[in-house]
This record gives sequence, C-alpha cells and structure tokens, in this order.
Amino acid sequence: MSFLSNYIKEVYGAVSSLLIGMKRTGYYLTHNKEVITEEYPEFRAKMADRFRGEVVMTHDAQNEHACTGCSACELACPNGTIKILNKFDITPEGKKKKAIDSFVYHLELCTMCNLCIVACPTDAIKMSQNFEHSVYDRRLLTKQLNFPGSKLREGVE
Amino acid sequence: MRNVVETTPEGNMVLNVGPQHPSTHGVLHLFITVNGETILNLDPNIGYIHRSIEKMCESLSYRQFIYSTSRMDYLSAHMNNHGCALTVEKGLQVEVPVRAEVIRVIISELTRLASHQLWWGSLAMDLGALSPFFYAFREREMITDIMEETCGARLTMNYIVPGGVMADIHPDFQRKVKEFIVQFKSKIGEYHELVTNNVIFQNRTKGIGILSKEDAISYGCTGPTARGSGLSCDMRKIYPYSAYKNIQFNEILETEGDSFARYMVRMREMEESVNIIEQLIDNIPEGEFLAKTKAVLKLPKGEFYTRLETARGELGVYIVSEGGTTPYRIKFRSPGFSNLSALNHMIKGHKIGDLVSVMGTLDLVIPDIDR
Repeated sequence: MSFLSNYIKEVYGAVSSLLIGMKRTGYYLTHNKEVITEEYPEFRAKMADRFRGEVVMTHDAQNEHACTGCSACELACPNGTIKILNKFDITPEGKKKKAIDSFVYHLELCTMCNLCIVACPTDAIKMSQNFEHSVYDRRLLTKQLNFPGSKLREGVE
Repeated sequence: MRNVVETTPEGNMVLNVGPQHPSTHGVLHLFITVNGETILNLDPNIGYIHRSIEKMCESLSYRQFIYSTSRMDYLSAHMNNHGCALTVEKGLQVEVPVRAEVIRVIISELTRLASHQLWWGSLAMDLGALSPFFYAFREREMITDIMEETCGARLTMNYIVPGGVMADIHPDFQRKVKEFIVQFKSKIGEYHELVTNNVIFQNRTKGIGILSKEDAISYGCTGPTARGSGLSCDMRKIYPYSAYKNIQFNEILETEGDSFARYMVRMREMEESVNIIEQLIDNIPEGEFLAKTKAVLKLPKGEFYTRLETARGELGVYIVSEGGTTPYRIKFRSPGFSNLSALNHMIKGHKIGDLVSVMGTLDLVIPDIDR
C-alpha cells in the first residue's frame, strides 16, 4: 500500500513540477512587454564611454594632435600593434626637432587591452566607441592615426 | 587518428565525441569506449586550443602579460587577472589601496555571478531545456553592462593592473549593481522553478556521476566540483586574499557528490556572491585606486606563488623571476584541467546520456584546460 501511495505521490510531484515550469513559460508568453533584445541594424546601442572599440588619435580644430612620438605606447603594447615612424623637422632656429611622420595602428592585431592609453604621457590617443570594424580587405585594418598635414600642438612636450 | 567508429577485440565500440575543427572554439575531443549505451572508458584528447600562453608570457613584461590570462578562463577573466596581479604585487611588495581591493572583490563576485549564470543556462540547454538560457542571459546582460561601463569591455576586461585597478569605478556603478541585486533576487526563485525542481532535471542529475571526497582529493578537484563532494576548498575562506579577510560569508558545501550536488553548490554560491556584494557595495572606501609603482616593473630574484578562487576552482599563479623585466617562467595551475581528469572516474558505468549532465556540472571551459 505504501508503495502505491509513494508512486502516486511521485507522479503528482513530477506533474506539478512540470506544470509550475510551464506556468512560468506561459507567463512570459502572455506578458511579452519585457522585451530585452534589440534589433541590430535598425537599432544601434549607445556604447559606454569607456568602451574599447579601437585606438584613435584626438585632433583639434586646427588639425593638431598631442603625440610627441615618445614611443611609450609602442613599448607598452603586448602585441606589436603600434608602430611609430619618426621624422626630424627643422625649426626656424635651425635645430632638429623630433616629430611623428606616421602613427601606424594595426587593428587586426589589437586586443583592446587599454595599456597604450594608460602609458601615453600626453593623452594623445584614446579609445573610440566604434565597434563595427568589418571590412572586405584585411589591409584596410592597418591605419594611420595622425591625419594628413597634422602637426604637434604648441606647448606639448 | 582513429576511425570514427571502431570496434575493439572484446566487441566494444570506440566512439569519438566532440567537434574537432580548429575554427570552433572550446574544442574537447573524447574517445569513449561503449558497450551498448554503457560507457566503459573515457579518454579526453585535449590540446586543440593550446596557444602556449605560459611561454608567451615569458616574453612579455609584468604589466603586459596580465591581459593574456583573460583568454585562459574567459568566463572568470577578472579572477585570472587578479591572481597575476597579486603575484606581481607579492614580488614587488606593493601595498594595494583599500579602495582598489574592494573594487577588485566586487567585480570578481560579479564575474562569478555572470559565469555561473552562463553555466546555468548552458547546462539546462545541454539537458534539453532551451528557455532557461534566455532567462540566464537576461540577468547576465546587466552584469556585462556594468563591466562595459566600468572596465571598458564585456568579457576580457583587463581591468586589474599591478598596484590596483586601471580606472576608478563609473559614477553609475553602485546604482547599477544595486539594481542588478534587486533584479537577481526577484528572479532566483524562477531559476529554481524552471530547472531545479523540474522532475526531468532531477532524474537526470541525482545519483549521476558520483565523486567521493577521497577521489576529489586524489584527482586534485577544486571549486564547486569538489565542494559538491563535501571537500572544503574555498580559497577565499582558507587563504583569504584582498578584501575577503573582512567579509562574513559562508563556504557552500554539499555532501552527496553527484551532479545535483554540484549544481546546488553553484546555485547557492550565486546567492552567496550577492551577499558579499551587498556587504561591500555601500562601503567602498574613499582614496586612491592605484598605488604608485615604477614605470618599469622588476621583480626580485625568486619564486612567487599565489592561489585564488575563480568561478571554476583554485587558480595558482607561479612566477620564477631572475630579476629582469620579464618573468623567467610562468606556470598556471588551472582548475579545469584537474576537474576534467576526474571525468573518467565519474562517468564509468553510466549511460551516454549521462555524459552531458556530468560534463555540464563540471563546468569545463576548454581554453582554461589547454591554455
């Protein structure tokens, strides 16, 4: 007799556990106001301020940047993502002055670890919030971060 | 390479389980010998995702190598970084600011919650219930949003640097974490309704894959896998590090040692993590978040070892330094490798269908096993 009652108890417990789960599923079926997914191409989420998308160099309205070419970011990078090619400008006094010729950034090697941004002494580079990096040719991922014709901002050492 | 299906001289069949393509991530290949549906022997074949992180770290400086450890156990990336930073700090004898320690622990516990929620969702999905995965990701999304705001990335954070944390917490951090705690507490009952109390789930996990306490010790199991067998091995409790010294929390132990016990350990651990966060979130001390360190870090000659608790078990970080700017040798003791080694012992004599529930409750992360 106890076997039978145990059996019925077990079946009752099993069915009720399934029904409780189905009740929860039914609740979400009928209460679909809590939509948490976002349709991507039409709706683009605003990324957080600190989100690490890619490294960019900040330029002001006069097309001037703050990069002195000290190579601190190049040394800090674990992957060899950054290559800085320096040149020497001749100042009006006839002295040689170091300046960057091109700041080459390999996006395809970058792991967005933020170490270059932390290492930069003049805050010349920062992380942008752009996350859509797909291109058809991998060569397009190698970028020059300083704009053409840009120069070092006055007073930045 | 053995054939897809092979028959041994005794008439048993050798079956290859698992994807083996190099482009898939998290690849685990199992040779299982079956007699009918009963598993006689299981032989894991690992190494498909080996990236030689330990060797790679030897050529990176003490600031640089930490980022690569996020790629070992990507679901507890923050704890991996924490272990490395603790070892480097031990060598440098740097005093970490109290604020940084508290922030580290809060984010560690959030990572643990995110990891366990992903595990819960994928375990239920492996056992045939699809919708719990979406419910788990609903709450996990809130944590990844918090991570994105404060750390700058959603999965491989690289937020911890030797001496503290990379940046101060976001102004919205405390409010968002409190919102998450309210949301999580209102939904944890739903988790139990949907999966824990489900009769199919209970029948597939209770009494399956039993690991005794002695075996857990001899196989070197740690984390929730060993705590499900009643082995007290929580590094946060035994060797308290960071801010864990000043927190009141319980070590979760279950004694059955079966899949269901391991499941319950993780479910109760989630509630315990919320308890830890609640204690700390209003008491983040003011002050510096990063200790002053030299521009180039050099560890003195010697050996340094730290152990800490990740979401999967005990992580050991061992650094041998020759006094230079790069480590001479780095060794990681990963929890997943030891836990996987116990799988053969646990699964012998069970059916093929039980393999899913046992592997699911081990919570294997393959990049952690291979490194």
